[in-house]
Amino acid sequence: MNILVCITHVPDTTSKIAFQNNEFDKTGVQFIIGPYDDYALARAVELKEATGGMVTVLNVGESETEPTIRKALAIGADQAIRVNAKPTDSFFVAQQIAAIAKQNNYDLILMGRESIDYNGGQVHGMVGELLGLPSVSPVMTLELDGNLAKMSKEIEGGKEQVELELPFVAGCQEPIAEWKIPNMRGIMSARTKPLEVVEPSSAEKKTEIVSYELPTQKSEVTMVEADQVENLVDLLKNEAKVI
Amino acid sequence: MSVLVFAETAEGKVKNNSLEAVSYASAIDQEVIALVLGDVDESEAESLGKSGAKKVLHASDDRLNHGISSAYASVLAQAVEQFGINLVIMANSSLGDAVAARLSIKIQASLAGNVVELPDTSNGFSVKRSIFTGKAFSIVKLEGDRKIILIKKNSVGIKEDGDGASVEKFDPVLSDDDFKVSIKSTEKAEGDILLPDADIVVSGGRGLKGPENWGMIEDLAKKLGAATGCSKPVSDMEWRPHHEHVGQTGVKVAPSLYFAIGISGAIQHLAGINGSKVIVAINKDPEAPIFKAADYGIVGDAFDVIPKLIEALD
Repeated sequence: MNILVCITHVPDTTSKIAFQNNEFDKTGVQFIIGPYDDYALARAVELKEATGGMVTVLNVGESETEPTIRKALAIGADQAIRVNAKPTDSFFVAQQIAAIAKQNNYDLILMGRESIDYNGGQVHGMVGELLGLPSVSPVMTLELDGNLAKMSKEIEGGKEQVELELPFVAGCQEPIAEWKIPNMRGIMSARTKPLEVVEPSSAEKKTEIVSYELPTQKSEVTMVEADQVENLVDLLKNEAKVI
Repeated sequence: MSVLVFAETAEGKVKNNSLEAVSYASAIDQEVIALVLGDVDESEAESLGKSGAKKVLHASDDRLNHGISSAYASVLAQAVEQFGINLVIMANSSLGDAVAARLSIKIQASLAGNVVELPDTSNGFSVKRSIFTGKAFSIVKLEGDRKIILIKKNSVGIKEDGDGASVEKFDPVLSDDDFKVSIKSTEKAEGDILLPDADIVVSGGRGLKGPENWGMIEDLAKKLGAATGCSKPVSDMEWRPHHEHVGQTGVKVAPSLYFAIGISGAIQHLAGINGSKVIVAINKDPEAPIFKAADYGIVGDAFDVIPKLIEALD
């Protein structure tokens, strides 16, 4: 079982989002493995433990992402590849992943359903199409029966049970696995696991970020006394006009 | 600009989010074509027309009754070629996102999702999109002759004064390769109103103390015609099913009215609700961060306030 897990390097979910000089302001921001990618990684490690094989993590990012990649190795991935480029566009990232996948025979390519910074949710579908493989997302459970994957997939308003032969691409979300916390042995061994840095394959970008904006501040909350609930109903009807 | 809209359906009806995508398209192009796939009620052509579509293409093959992204992308690609389309518009959804991704490769289009406003065409083609789970926006320029955009819910609203649309059959070539994913069964969530689609959402948090107390949340939701949601701890403790989890790693909602009851307002929860028009917070703790995000607030015990609220709505 040869699994590729693509991870993003993103600000912690509690980070304050700010911009400076038309770039995301990293001051004081803690970076983590994308939460959805972390679920994908945890499931990949479980599958490897059950069936044997190899888990490779892939990140498209500049050298600053290496601590995040090392964390993925500490969690249980066997080796890592970093494509040395800024991941500015879904299409660009998908092409880098597809180029790596073409050089290797992966049985399964997993990643999160979306990154929590740019929220595109499109890379898994693009990679699938570029490789001529099916793609499934968001996957909530994934069991393997030989070459057949049995999955439950979230759809709006419910879920679907789907089956699919390997290989394919999946975008994952909870509860596919519990997040794994690296232990001391994992952290020690991660230091010596191979992390290969490759230059991006020449690939175009199809979009360009011109500028950033922050949402306008909400106006002050209007408080209603707990024993005057009818006032709330009145405000919702006549002021906000939402009921 | 020739615009095609992929109109997603559920149980034979076009989803509201897709009607909004049609409305968005009609603000750009007078001759919007909407494409519907699988079994669709005949009356839906009328809704699409009211939202601004001029032509409805219907590909009715039975194999298209399930949302399989590779097959849908193939059908859309054929429509793009046949009708000389240069802009494809869809609603953001788990299906729409997947179809758009695959289609963008097939037709070599640029792609932007979570779009919240009409495009700016004064210098090329730029859109404003929501990023960092609603905590910021980026202005993105799309390059190339073909473009795909996915519209975030409540960005432009649904138009209802369109003239009506003609219906045309569309017979795409379907390949077995596009149907490798086999769907074994489908489970529908309980309740009539889908959370991502709901106009009003009533969510409960840990302040409700246990799953046995959800009756009053459901009663309030019923009274308002709302969908029910919950915070992450509530779904983690399995008081409520996972698909009700509203937040950064759960469902992102954008209703007109959102009730946060007994929810403190962790930043991850706020990330899932920041698209809401009006937020009402009911919490015992006056210092709860949810009050900073809310438009209206009541400091009080949910067990005391909710029954009174239901009564006041009568």
